Formats: sequence, C-alpha cells, structure tokens
Amino acid sequence: MVAVVEVTKLVFAWTKESPVIDIAKFRVDAGERVFLRGPSGSGKSTLLSIVAGVVAPDSGSVSLLGQDLTRLSPGKRDALRADALGVIFQLFNLVPYLTVAENIALPCRFSSARRVRAIARGGSIEQETRRLLGRLGLGEAAMLRRKVGELSVGQQQRVAAARALVGSPSLIIADEPTSALDSDARAAFIDLLSEECAAVGASLLFVSHDRSLAASFDRQIDLSDINRVPTAAA
Amino acid sequence: MRIGSVLSLALKSAFNRKATALLTILAVAVSVMLYVGVERVRQGAQESFERTVSGADLVVGARSGPINLILYSIFHIGDPTNNVTWETYQDIAQRPEIAWIIPLSLGDSHQGFRVVGTELSFFEHYRFGDDARVEIDKGELFADVFDAVLGADVAQALQYKVGDHIVLSHGVGSVSFTDHADKPFVVSGILKRTGTPVDRAVHVSLEAITAIHIGWESGAKTALARVATADRVRQMDLTPHDITAMIIGLKSRPSVLRLQRDISSYAEEPLLAVIPGVALSQLWDVIGIVERLLSAISACVVAVGLVVILVTILTSLNERRREMAILRSVGASPADIFLLLVMEAAALAFLGALTGLALLYGALVLLAPLILSTTGVPLSSVRPDMFDVAVVAAVVASAAALALIPAWRAFRNSLADGLSIRI
Repeated sequence: MVAVVEVTKLVFAWTKESPVIDIAKFRVDAGERVFLRGPSGSGKSTLLSIVAGVVAPDSGSVSLLGQDLTRLSPGKRDALRADALGVIFQLFNLVPYLTVAENIALPCRFSSARRVRAIARGGSIEQETRRLLGRLGLGEAAMLRRKVGELSVGQQQRVAAARALVGSPSLIIADEPTSALDSDARAAFIDLLSEECAAVGASLLFVSHDRSLAASFDRQIDLSDINRVPTAAA
Repeated sequence: MRIGSVLSLALKSAFNRKATALLTILAVAVSVMLYVGVERVRQGAQESFERTVSGADLVVGARSGPINLILYSIFHIGDPTNNVTWETYQDIAQRPEIAWIIPLSLGDSHQGFRVVGTELSFFEHYRFGDDARVEIDKGELFADVFDAVLGADVAQALQYKVGDHIVLSHGVGSVSFTDHADKPFVVSGILKRTGTPVDRAVHVSLEAITAIHIGWESGAKTALARVATADRVRQMDLTPHDITAMIIGLKSRPSVLRLQRDISSYAEEPLLAVIPGVALSQLWDVIGIVERLLSAISACVVAVGLVVILVTILTSLNERRREMAILRSVGASPADIFLLLVMEAAALAFLGALTGLALLYGALVLLAPLILSTTGVPLSSVRPDMFDVAVVAAVVASAAALALIPAWRAFRNSLADGLSIRI
C-alpha cells in the first residue's frame, strides 16, 4: 500500500518551552478513511497544519504522496498542497465575497492539476461544480449563483465538501466538519463525504472529538495514544 | 493565470466591503482631481496666454509694470493706469525700424465685454497662435465712425447679428450706469473665433472712441455731449487725443532692444516698452511660486488619499484572517496572500485615479466657459496627455508600495496561523 501521509518522529512546538506534538509514527494509506480522535487542545489542528505543509515541524519528517515536505521549498509545498489536498474546516469554510460556484472552483485557480482533472471529469469546471453539488444534495440550478451568506450551516459545509473534492485530490482533511450540524445531518454528511472520497479515490483524514462518529471509518486513531505530549498542555 | 486569478480575488474582496471601497476610491479620486487640476489649469493658462500674441515685437504703453501693461493691453485683464498722447504715438510710428504698429484705446465696455478702439492695421497685422490672422466671419470691418466689429464670443453670448444696434458704456465694469446711449453703434461685422481675448472684445475705430467721448473729457457727461449728436460729430475733427497702448512689429528683430531702450527713455513722457515673451515669462515667475505651493499642497492631498487606502486595508486585516486561512487551505501561497493585498491597494488606487481624471475633465468641459467669462483664461484647449498617465502610474505604484505594510503583516499572520482559523 502507498502511503498518502507518513509522519515519522515528528516534534513541534509553537513556543520553545512547551511542545504540542511528539509523534513517533503516523500513516494514512491511499484510499483509506481514517478517524483521528482527540479532545480540543490536543494538537489536532496543529497536526493538520503540518500535514498540509502550512506549518513546518521542528524535527522529524512529514511525507505527502511520498514527498518529504520538510525538504521541499515553501513554493513547492504550497503547490503540492494545492494539487493534492482538500480541506474542510469546522465552520466558516467559504470566502464570503465569492458565489457558491466560485468558492467550489477556488482550488482550480491555484492548481492546474486540479483544474485539468476537474475538466476531465465534468467536461468543464462549471459542469463539474454542478455535478458535485448535485451529488451532495444541492442540485438546484440557482445554487451556483447564490451568495455564501444566504446558505444554512449544513449547506455551507456541503459546499465546502464540494470544494475539497473538486479536481480529485489525493487526500481530504476534515477538521471537525460536523460539529455545527445536528446528529441526523452529521451522519448524512459523513456518508456523503465517504462516498465521494471513494468516488474520486481520495483518502480521508477526519478529525473529531466525537467518538460516536468513528464507526463509519476504516480505522480510528486516538491522538492521545500516538502523541507523547500530555494533553494537559492546552 | 495565477496573477489574473489573484487580481480578480482582490477586486471581489475589495468590493465585498463596498462602502469602504467606494469611499476609498472617492478619496483618491478627489486628491488626483485636485493635483492634476492645478497642473492643467496652470498649463492651460500658460499655453493660451502664449498663443494669444505672436509676431509682435514690442508692446508700448504709459509707464507702469511690464506685467500690468501686457495684461491690460493684450489680455484685457485689469485696467490701464495712464494714456499715451497721440503725438507720442505718431512720433514712434514714424521710426524707420518699425514695420507695422497697432494703436489700442481702451476704457469702454459693452455688457461687460471690453471695447477696443483701434485702426484697420489691427486686422491686417495682429497675429495669434501659429501666425494666424484675425479674420472676418460675417459682414465687414468697420468703415463708418459708428461701426463696430464683434468678437465671436460677444456675438454669440449676446446673440447679435450684422446690422444690430448696440450702445457702449463708459468704464469697464460688467454693469455700467453711464451709457453712451446718445451714439449707438451698428454691428458691421463679426470675427471668426480665435480662442484669444479678441473673441471677447468689441472693436471700433479710434475716431469712434473720440466721438463718444466728446463732452466727456472730465470723465462724465457735460452739456457739450448733449449737443454733439452723432451726425454733427461725424463732421468734427476726430483725431484722437491719446491712446492706451500700441503693439509694434519690427522690420528686423535685432533692433528690438535698441528701440525698447529708446522708447523707455522717451523724453516727452514716461513710457514703457516690453517684449511680450519676456513680460509673460516674468508673469510665470510670479505665478510659479503660487503654482508650486498649490502643487505641493495638492500632492499632500494625494498622499492623504493613499494613506486612506493603507488604513482601510490595515483595518480589514483582522476580520480577514479567516479569509486568508481559507485561501491558504485551497493552495494559495503566502506570496499569493501578499500579492492579493498589494493588488487590492493598486486596484483601488487605479480606479480612484481614473475616477479623479474623469471628474476633472468632466468639470473642465462644464466649467471652461464660466472660467473664461469670469477670469478671461481659456481652458478649452486642455487635453489629457502623458502627464495623466504618469500621475496614474505614480499613484498606483505608491499605493502598491504602501500596501507592502499590510501585505507583510498578512504574510506573517498566514505563516503563524497555519490552517487554524482564529476569530
């Protein structure tokens, strides 16, 4: 199995005195759907920033699709993230001044690989956008031109999922994407996300503090099991 | 692709905060309008002044200041101080080095337009712009004592046509209470437009000026004026007693300095002879101080406009940390974030500068006639040129340079924030 993410001997501290993360080994395989559980303050978001190549670790290595992020130039790291990664945040995922369609197409502006794959899949970026929205249950024609502020939280999260999925990235990172949804919507969202990840062949790294969601994933990891820094630091 | 992409994001982001963006653009627009406006008015005034008189070697009048003399005799701005006697005029006119000479007699007006008493030599020898002559458009030059030839603006503003009767007024105010109503004039001709003060003058013969002032020697109407009817006056000797100024053309340019010296040291009465170009450059020297001051002030206003851009972007940074993190997560590099803010500032400055120029030239088109009629300065020839392009470029470049400050902060924020979104 090819590793999409491989973390070895990773140490990171925001300030020198108190490290937040110290992980010997952590790995996500291609096509694998991993549930990463951890209470708030356990360094989840920091780990995601490191995996995304936005934050550099103090020591150790982080590979994304076999490329060691710590050895890439910042520009190459940004390019690799643009090509290979889709991110869904907990809340407020969307750029307020762009329409739904423009938000979804955003990764295609920064990655020509994603643009090419989106066009290959849908025929055009607009058609691919519409197709993804349809799959996520936001199929009505008017949706594309809507302002982001007019959407409900559940709709916003689905638009964010469509944006993460556009152009078939290799890895989707979801950071508590369902915490603002009610429990029915939560399950539905996770099912949709899993389905679509499978459809585009993306791995899914799903982070949450909510143990009850773990059932629908291939593997679950407790961050406190792999992180040697005690959680109390938060 | 990428730069275009970031630019379109920058524009959409700026116009998402619509009120702020529009006010910022307005601030820049007003400052650019002021700055370019000062430059344009100065340049327009200078150009139109310089094309008003060409080919004349000397302007001669009673002794006062050179700027004053040239202003009242050629540009009809301000009032003459004193007159030159007719004998002196004839004496100078007979000098061998003189090719042509035009006498001017000023001091009367018609509905706020100056009356110029002169001779037919004016139409023959006066030149403006690129050696252009004053030409008749309708009717004929004055032949009778009570004929008047109107400048194009006079005829247009007052809707006169050839054959109309007009009454001249004593003095040069726009409202005069002492009319020469007893001796009406007939419009004999209307001149083609010249773009000079000639358009705004009523031209009559020197004899006409003498005629309407018979009995007015004290400056007001006397009993003699009442008996001197138009028909009787025609029979009288209308040789002028004095004139206001004269314009001289020489046979050969090099003699100008000697003649100027001779006239300025004329024994019989105190005279002043000025070379029009020299007097004008003295005028620009005087005006230049004021103009540089205005320029400096308006440049400061432009700087304030640019600071407004800086302030709006700086204050928006905190509320936009989320936006930056989202953009980072979809693949934007810190350099893209940096570029986004610089471009936003540059775009606002560009739109502001363009708006300012549009406002300025719109205002000039609308206000040029008013400025012309109140100050006598024609601005209709003012056109956009490379200076405007340079101003726009400078404003955009300065805004982009100032935006390096917020861009740098956003760059550092985006490195520190990572993918976590802080509220």
